Amino acid sequence: MAAASNNPPLLEVKNLRVEFPTRRGTLLAVDDVSFDIAPGEVLGVVGESGAGKSLTGNAIIGLLEPPGRIAGGEIRLEGRRIDNLPYEEMRKVRGARIGAIFQDPLTSLNPLYSVGRQLVETIQTHLPLSGSQARARALDLLKEVGIPGAEMRIDHYPHQFSGGMRQRVVIALALCAGPRLIVADEPTTALDVSIQAQIIALLKRLCREHGTAVMLVTHDMGVIAETADRVAVMYAGRIAEIGPVRDVVKHAQHPYTKGLMGSIPSLGVRTERLTQIDGAMPRLTEIPKGCAFNPRCTVLGQRCMVERPELMAAGASRAACWHHDRGGVGQPVAKETVNA
Amino acid sequence: MLAFILRRILQSIAVLLAVGLVAFSLFRYVGDPINAMVGQDTTMEQREELRQKLGLNDPAPIQFAKFIANAARGNFGLSYRTSEPVGRMILERMPATLELSFCAALFALFVGVPMGVYTGLYPRHWTSRLLQAISLIGISLPTFLIGILLILIFAVSLHWLPSFGRGQTVQIGWWTTNFLTVKGLQALILPSITLGLFQLTLLMRLVRSEMLEVMRADYIKFARARGLTNRAINFGHALKNTLVPVITVTGLQLGALIAFAIVTETVFAWPGVGQLFIQSVQFSDIPVMAAYLLLIGLLFVLINLTVDLLYFAVDPRLRGGGLARAGGH
Ligand SMILES: Nc1ncnc2c1ncn2[C@@H]1O[C@H](COP(=O)(O)OP(=O)(O)OP(=O)(O)O)[C@@H](O)[C@H]1O
Ligand code: SF4
Ligand SMILES: [Mg+2]
Repeated sequence: MAAASNNPPLLEVKNLRVEFPTRRGTLLAVDDVSFDIAPGEVLGVVGESGAGKSLTGNAIIGLLEPPGRIAGGEIRLEGRRIDNLPYEEMRKVRGARIGAIFQDPLTSLNPLYSVGRQLVETIQTHLPLSGSQARARALDLLKEVGIPGAEMRIDHYPHQFSGGMRQRVVIALALCAGPRLIVADEPTTALDVSIQAQIIALLKRLCREHGTAVMLVTHDMGVIAETADRVAVMYAGRIAEIGPVRDVVKHAQHPYTKGLMGSIPSLGVRTERLTQIDGAMPRLTEIPKGCAFNPRCTVLGQRCMVERPELMAAGASRAACWHHDRGGVGQPVAKETVNA
Repeated sequence: MLAFILRRILQSIAVLLAVGLVAFSLFRYVGDPINAMVGQDTTMEQREELRQKLGLNDPAPIQFAKFIANAARGNFGLSYRTSEPVGRMILERMPATLELSFCAALFALFVGVPMGVYTGLYPRHWTSRLLQAISLIGISLPTFLIGILLILIFAVSLHWLPSFGRGQTVQIGWWTTNFLTVKGLQALILPSITLGLFQLTLLMRLVRSEMLEVMRADYIKFARARGLTNRAINFGHALKNTLVPVITVTGLQLGALIAFAIVTETVFAWPGVGQLFIQSVQFSDIPVMAAYLLLIGLLFVLINLTVDLLYFAVDPRLRGGGLARAGGH
């Protein structure tokens, strides 16, 4: 859990909105999302495909692909606003203050350059080091991420590494200028199951040693339970629930979170698997009135059909549900709930 | 890699032999070489004697072997038209064609590639759209029309540049060059543009589409996430990844430039091998045609071989295979 919850946050995301202008009106893909990440904290982000996890991450690193754009809210890193920086300013932040790791290690590296060259190039972009100093640092990083025979491997090309080894190189690249935050978007999804745990453990260890905070996007609740300090559950472009990992996993407040937990039998949190959620997340064009989850919700009331719930305190977490006390397994909580 | 090169060389030889067979068939079956060599009043006996002496009565495979052996030594016989040795005729005209093709290739490369990069990086910018539209014209207008238009504008109306010939040349050994005199360089401009324009548009469109493709690649996105400068991303990472197809096409087009210089040389009365070929077709000058065919075949093969070697220089994946896979898991 975040040891640093009373320190000023490293990253503050406030009322973030990401939209896509299309011919038939504007799609709101990230809708009023707010969260903080403390220095050194690992925030897990989960949610079904299309929930807006990657868009949130891309908005933070300033790499939304047009026509997607930030339509509202603000993002602050170490107190400094970064969502409206000119491209060149933001470029200096990327890699130096915020690192990023993407899903597919096989395609994240340029096939035509040796890994050493790609490391040195990144290091020299951000740090005032000579060629040989940068190479020494690159070598240290490769050793740190556990590449055997780093002295020789540094001059090898990406195709000479296996998927897991390449993802280690990618981690080294993300860390090489000493960023304060790493946005890791499904860093292990493309890897062999047997290697996933190693990579996650490595990422966790390195970030702890370097004091780097992580925004870890994943579909794997097991990874979240083991790695994250806090979890944000996203649904249809909004945060459905956010809170300390133990509370969210063990005492889910939002019916959607409950369903997610129920669909992970390996966790052993609950034994019956009846809680799997029927139906699918609505398309952005068809988000229902009231609570976006209402077509799939089993505990809904009348208010859910007309009024959208904002995040509200629910135990140690916050959940966007009118009935979070009924949805939760644990203690009954706040009384914003309504008769209907 | 050595095995690969050896295999390529063997393939090249096979291709050349096939071209040689076509050239040989020209000799053997198009017209009667004896007719072309002797006068009207030669008797049948004399003809038969000549036939015997030239080995024309030998079995075809033996004749073919002799033909290839001679060709390999640069001996293509005498021209039916001028009675000069064909090898020398071609050698004399080769510099004109090579210099023209070289300039056209430079023009295509140094204008086409930057235009392709620009339109690929800023596909929505109005300049890119304009260049795209212009390139469509370049690709659809026939070469001779472009040549004639250029002559009309820059030679006939403006009197800026000569409309025909090589201008002034300088002799260096057996090579005659345009590069050492102002007049010679001026004479090169219009024909080079005419010859290179099609390849220019082709290269530009190729680089553009490759660039668009590469810019969507994950490693470009990751390079941005690493905070690399636009310059490093566009030219260091993106452009280099477009090189393999660009090299292929440039290589093939270089061969095409030399082969299809024929039209440009005719329009500009450029004394190159292409013009020689046109003349020899008019006179059914088979030895010259055959030699030209072999020469073009040889050029294509050499260029392809160079292109293959360049791949190795550009793309590490083709070098030493999976030699180091062992280290990872
Ligand atoms: N270029 C685009 N135009 C229109 N809509 C888009 C575009 N890119 C993304 N979206 C929409 O934005 C929503 C969120 O996408 P995002 O990639 O953030 O999802 P995600 O939570 O990362 O899902 P996944 O788990 O599949 O990676 C999706 O519903 C998607 O349809
Ligand atoms: S607000 Fe209503 S519909 Fe939405 S999750 Fe809670 S109970 Fe279900
Ligand atoms: Mg995603």
